[in-house]
Amino acid sequence: MFSSRKVSLLLALGMIIAAGIFARAAERGHSSPNQKPGNFGYGEVATPEQIAGWDIDVRGDDGAGLPLGRGTVERGSLVFAEQCAACHGTFGEGEGRFPKLVGGAGTLRNDRPELTIGSYWPFAPTLWDYINRAMPMGTPHTLSADDVYALTAYILNLNELVPKEFVADRASLPKVKMPNRDNFIWTDPRPDTAAKPCMNACADPASVKITTTAEGKHLTPRTTGPLDTMQPK
Amino acid sequence: MQPESWRSIPLVSRLTAAAKPLARRGFLKLSAALTGSIALGANSGSAEPAPASPPADAPWSQSLGAGVVDRPYGRPADHEAGVIRRNVPWLTATTESSISFSPLQDLHGIITPNGLFFERHHAGRPDIDPDQHRLMIHGLVERPLVLNMKDILRFPQVTRIHFIECAANGGMEWRAAQLNSLQFNHGMISCAEWSGVRLSTLLEEVGVKKQAKWAMVEGADGAHMNRSLPLDKCLDDCIVVYAQNGEALRPEQGYPLRLVVPGWEGNVNIKWLRRIKLGDKPWFSREETSKYTDPMPDGTSRGFTWLIDAKSVITFPCPEKPLDRAGLYEIRGLAWTGNGKVKRVDVSTDGGINWQTARLHEPVLSKALTKFTLPWHWDGQPALLESRVIDETGYVQPTIAQLRNSRGSNSVYHNNAIQTWQIKPDGSVFNVQLA
Repeated sequence: MFSSRKVSLLLALGMIIAAGIFARAAERGHSSPNQKPGNFGYGEVATPEQIAGWDIDVRGDDGAGLPLGRGTVERGSLVFAEQCAACHGTFGEGEGRFPKLVGGAGTLRNDRPELTIGSYWPFAPTLWDYINRAMPMGTPHTLSADDVYALTAYILNLNELVPKEFVADRASLPKVKMPNRDNFIWTDPRPDTAAKPCMNACADPASVKITTTAEGKHLTPRTTGPLDTMQPK
Repeated sequence: MQPESWRSIPLVSRLTAAAKPLARRGFLKLSAALTGSIALGANSGSAEPAPASPPADAPWSQSLGAGVVDRPYGRPADHEAGVIRRNVPWLTATTESSISFSPLQDLHGIITPNGLFFERHHAGRPDIDPDQHRLMIHGLVERPLVLNMKDILRFPQVTRIHFIECAANGGMEWRAAQLNSLQFNHGMISCAEWSGVRLSTLLEEVGVKKQAKWAMVEGADGAHMNRSLPLDKCLDDCIVVYAQNGEALRPEQGYPLRLVVPGWEGNVNIKWLRRIKLGDKPWFSREETSKYTDPMPDGTSRGFTWLIDAKSVITFPCPEKPLDRAGLYEIRGLAWTGNGKVKRVDVSTDGGINWQTARLHEPVLSKALTKFTLPWHWDGQPALLESRVIDETGYVQPTIAQLRNSRGSNSVYHNNAIQTWQIKPDGSVFNVQLA
């Protein structure tokens, strides 16, 4: 016969083993790294129609995903005047703080480079993708593919990257070579500083000087009370 | 307690009992306060000449307070009304494509309250019906899926604490000290406890094809915000989350579903997540070519710079929270790194000539805010306060001069420089940069 003491020891041992197995299972989120697709079986398999409805992305470097359709520079100028000029200016010069879409060619080495579609963007199909997914700001993703092609053609023409006869479509856009295409480094070189954690007498006290201060610049909104609109009273 | 015995207590007698200790004068004061006929001073509950307090009771000690469910959700005390997210009106053309900053000067821990978590929208905050929300996973997968929110909630759950920092935090300071504020210079960071399902679990469920190397993640907002992520990161520690600090995500944070990419720039933590597509190459979307890239002085630009490097900042004192008079203070601050854990934080009070190691407060979590403190006797003399973090990879937070030496000053993003606070003899605090 087992004494009650032995039984409880066995029980305790069993519980410890069970807890260990449970903990390991929980760590894996009750799924193994090589489980089969559909293991849980939740949700629905996406139909081709469902995928087509949302599959809007266009890849920048080769234009993969560009749809059928076409647009001219001339058509683009009309759509732009109606849909875009209020914020971006008639010729893409930008209103107020809204982005400029043209200019800045040759400024990337300057102290204050002007980063625009013409001077900075590496890939033309990205322009189609962005207009299509995010513009016009108030009614995004409502333009036809043809009108997005037309706007893309117009903006590229404003930047003097294509002639006024240019017709944008899925074949022509990936061939437009943007001026800044080859100037991106797509692997992160950081860490690019190698500071040492010195603790004492790390600098000559005479060399510690304030070079700039935010004091008196009047750029800072109030940080107490209601939100500060910074509008002149 | 039995329901019956509860009911047997007469409501009238309870109220009478509660009202008994109130003196007649107290009643008068209370009613005056309720009708707003007495202007209350900032620190006084009474309009009469300030009584010695303590021991005199204030009106709230001599009256009945509001009952439970008076505020069924709850909100901060009325006196904390100034502790809010704030924006810089001149920074952006609209508030819909803009940023707001967390009030770090008024926060005391590593968790950001949900209402104070910084906001970054590209097409405003959509208010999404969760019943209509779907997540589609397709592309180079064996079994493309459409999941609704109920489906997503059934998957095994994980809960993790992580910061999210906008890559542009401190972006206005590349050229010079400009904004005299902790909130506006460092408030594009917040930290929360996130609950959801590991992205790797979802990707195993759809079956990743061998050719797949990248994922495109996309939001359901008007910007249809999208970014490319290497598949390795997706399988490592990304989480598709529906909860923030225990409750459903706030709409500003992506309700009902967002991606959390621990330790990487805020922009890739796609809010209102509705689509994940696997592919063999990156997409080079607008947000990873024309934005979130770093122009260098030689005219080249760096792309796919996702990592948030180690950074720290002293949150007290700061421009919003100056010192009073000479004496003993506790310097307080926050440190973080996208590389993992914070290993050490040093503090200088003389502009980086001499340093002392601060105390780190538990918990010290990977890719989360970490709190540090250091006692400091301020002698009332001018001082230059700085903090410097070292992370578990040995990386040391640089000065702004070291960053400029490496990258120039045309960048907007990834300014993780040491912050210098200038203390003046009157205790006021200013944002400065040193040679």
